[in-house]
Amino acid sequence: MRISIRILFLAGLLAPGLGCEKTFPGAPAEADLLDGPVEGLSNDQARQFLAGDIAFNNEIFTVATGLGPLFVATSCGSCHPGDGKGHPTNALIRFGQSDSTGNQFLHLGGPQLQHRALPGYGPEQLPLGAPFTKLLPPANTGLGFLEIVPDADILALADPDDLDGDGISGRPNWVTLPGYLAPRPDAVAQHGKYIGRFGKKAAVYDLLQQTANAYNQDMGVTSTYAPTDTYSGAEIDPEVSNRTVEDVVFYLRTLKAPITRNASGPDVATGKLLFEQSGCAGCHKPVLRTGASPIAALAFREIAPYTDLLLHDMGPELDDGYTEGTALSSEWRTPPLWGLGLSKTTQGGQYYLLHDGRANSIEAAILLHGGEGTGSREKFKALSETERRQLIAFLESL
Amino acid sequence: MHNTFISCWLKRIGPASLLAMTFSAFGQTEMPPVENPNPDTTQPLNMDAVYTRPFLQLGKTPVALGGYVEAHSAWFSEDGISDGLSFQLPRLTIFAASGITRSIKFLTEIEFEEGGREINIEFASVDVQFHPALNLRGGVVMNPIGAFNQNHDGPKWEFCNRPVAATQMLPATWSNVGFGLYGKFYRGPWTIGYEGYLTNGFDDSIIDNAEGRTALPAAKAGGERFEESFNGRPLLSLKTAIRHQKIGEIGVSYMGGVFNKFQEDGLQLDEKRRIHVFALDFNTRIPGAGTNLTGEWAWVQVDVPETYAPQYGSGQHGGFLDVVQPLFTGRIFHWANSTVNLAARLEYVDWNTGTFAETGGVIGDSLLGLSGGLSFRPSAQTVLRVNYVYQWRRDLFGNAPARTAGWQFGLSSYF
Repeated sequence: MRISIRILFLAGLLAPGLGCEKTFPGAPAEADLLDGPVEGLSNDQARQFLAGDIAFNNEIFTVATGLGPLFVATSCGSCHPGDGKGHPTNALIRFGQSDSTGNQFLHLGGPQLQHRALPGYGPEQLPLGAPFTKLLPPANTGLGFLEIVPDADILALADPDDLDGDGISGRPNWVTLPGYLAPRPDAVAQHGKYIGRFGKKAAVYDLLQQTANAYNQDMGVTSTYAPTDTYSGAEIDPEVSNRTVEDVVFYLRTLKAPITRNASGPDVATGKLLFEQSGCAGCHKPVLRTGASPIAALAFREIAPYTDLLLHDMGPELDDGYTEGTALSSEWRTPPLWGLGLSKTTQGGQYYLLHDGRANSIEAAILLHGGEGTGSREKFKALSETERRQLIAFLESL
Repeated sequence: MHNTFISCWLKRIGPASLLAMTFSAFGQTEMPPVENPNPDTTQPLNMDAVYTRPFLQLGKTPVALGGYVEAHSAWFSEDGISDGLSFQLPRLTIFAASGITRSIKFLTEIEFEEGGREINIEFASVDVQFHPALNLRGGVVMNPIGAFNQNHDGPKWEFCNRPVAATQMLPATWSNVGFGLYGKFYRGPWTIGYEGYLTNGFDDSIIDNAEGRTALPAAKAGGERFEESFNGRPLLSLKTAIRHQKIGEIGVSYMGGVFNKFQEDGLQLDEKRRIHVFALDFNTRIPGAGTNLTGEWAWVQVDVPETYAPQYGSGQHGGFLDVVQPLFTGRIFHWANSTVNLAARLEYVDWNTGTFAETGGVIGDSLLGLSGGLSFRPSAQTVLRVNYVYQWRRDLFGNAPARTAGWQFGLSSYF
């Protein structure tokens, strides 16, 4: 007995040595994750990615660090869990603009409603009569690639007058740059405006503008880029440093593109054919090429985002009466479909698709396409049950 | 579980009175005898934990000293990513006690955490006994919410980690300046205890913190609470517990009050926002098997504005159950009264109960943990322990849980 107890005791002490990695949870497959850096970063780039990751996902803003008083969210990561699509609880409301004449409600708090507030403060209220839309936070992955698709390539995809007669007439959203932004070297200008490519309406030029706006409009945090306090309307000292903003921008730029899953499966392969035959690829372009970039890992790559970064009229089905830049209220930028199949993994196990999350399935999202998407929708409706399943299997593999 | 410790300890020391034990551990005390206020010294309640510790007194000095230290090594991995092996000294705690007169005593507990990065006075109170059923306590007191907060000494537990619900939902160790009354009654095999304190309390940080969730422990960073109340409203803590010598102990506790700065300089800043915490705790030993069960469950309600961030929930609940099975008691190597225990812990915390207003879906932000452990106690005051921990942590939206697992080896000892 005494000997066995001693053995047990010694075995217990040695147990940590036996605690090999087999006792640890395994890592999810890389293709099942939306977050993670693009391959090929240098060591110093990896450090900046890590700094941006911490600022994006771990930094929770508080009263002491500049939150609010009016806000939508308390951190970047709270709206983009796992760098994926957001949940309806973090939907934000934009209001005040119904056409290209600009936002008529800027003096009443436009363009974004800060519907949350610190204790003791009243949240912002939607002004009576203001056009508005709800917007769900998008996934972050692959944004750095989309940022450097050359303007010329985007314009080459545009067909504003539908000269080819396919019923699809994409056009860019021409936007005015804020003072702190310099256009890219290969940028194409039109009447002093440049091609926007981020945001549901493509009203944001690049990831620096997107990040500065998000700190300011989403969290009520000022920076040198966006110094106006959303509560008082006054310019105040920066509450987040340029370094942090730039780290977050670098993080967003260098998040990997989603990796396809089960791409060689028979249903997926057939589904891809049906996707193309249904005309979906007319807007959701399967292949784009990136241009030059100081980040070598991003430059001159072929990517498969399934977007053309252009505005398309989606008809009355998706017309909320609100818009940004030169887009019509019925026009929406083609959302990238890469990562679509992983949306549920960050939305609580359920799909919330389209700009406001109104579609709870891929099929529902397709059936809500109108306008330029009508033809594809009707072709989808004409598919057999098996073909629909195959098409959706393809979309879920992205 | 602490029954094991206490009973082993009492067997070694003998049936000395609780206070005599306090001041005479190891038989070295030369303190003047203190009248034993507790005829049931073999069955102290959880509320006595602050005194059921070994102290050492040298010569005729009026102060008895003690303390404990904890040292761990840990190797954890989350979803396949590990930071490797690390070593920690989570806390070094010093006790000092003094019997000022036969019925007035003082005890303090000073804790050095994380290698001295934080130094906290966890307890520093003068106890004045009018009657065993009526004692006045004043100073820095441990608010009696649940059981762990008052009974948290590392050497008493079989796990390196403190229970998540006790430390990341409830704020153990949670101490505040204040006054209160406590006492005990005895009837046959039954002991009934009560405690009630008014202290300084929480602050706005419980719903405005870098944790991004309603977090009572965030208020621990507010050291000002040892100087003045954050809002001029006291925190009320109440607890009653009943123990049967052969059955065990069950406690019911409440802690509540206004936590926010609702006015300043006579100006109204916000409405009064209250926090309510309820807790149930128990410990028992299964006759025959000698299995010790220790558990605690708590519910937290916080008045969070409806228009505030959804990450800050208005409801929380969670707790733990520790099961400790003695495997062997006797001589191992040269320790004549050593003990080997097998232990398991089940714990759960939901930091944000309720549903999303937008979707009706259940809000996540929860943790489920399972731990197993083997401990070796060469003496009642010292424990060597090996633990395996596995946790599933869900985010706010209830996405697939992040899985964390790891091994810990640690030792903890009174000194």
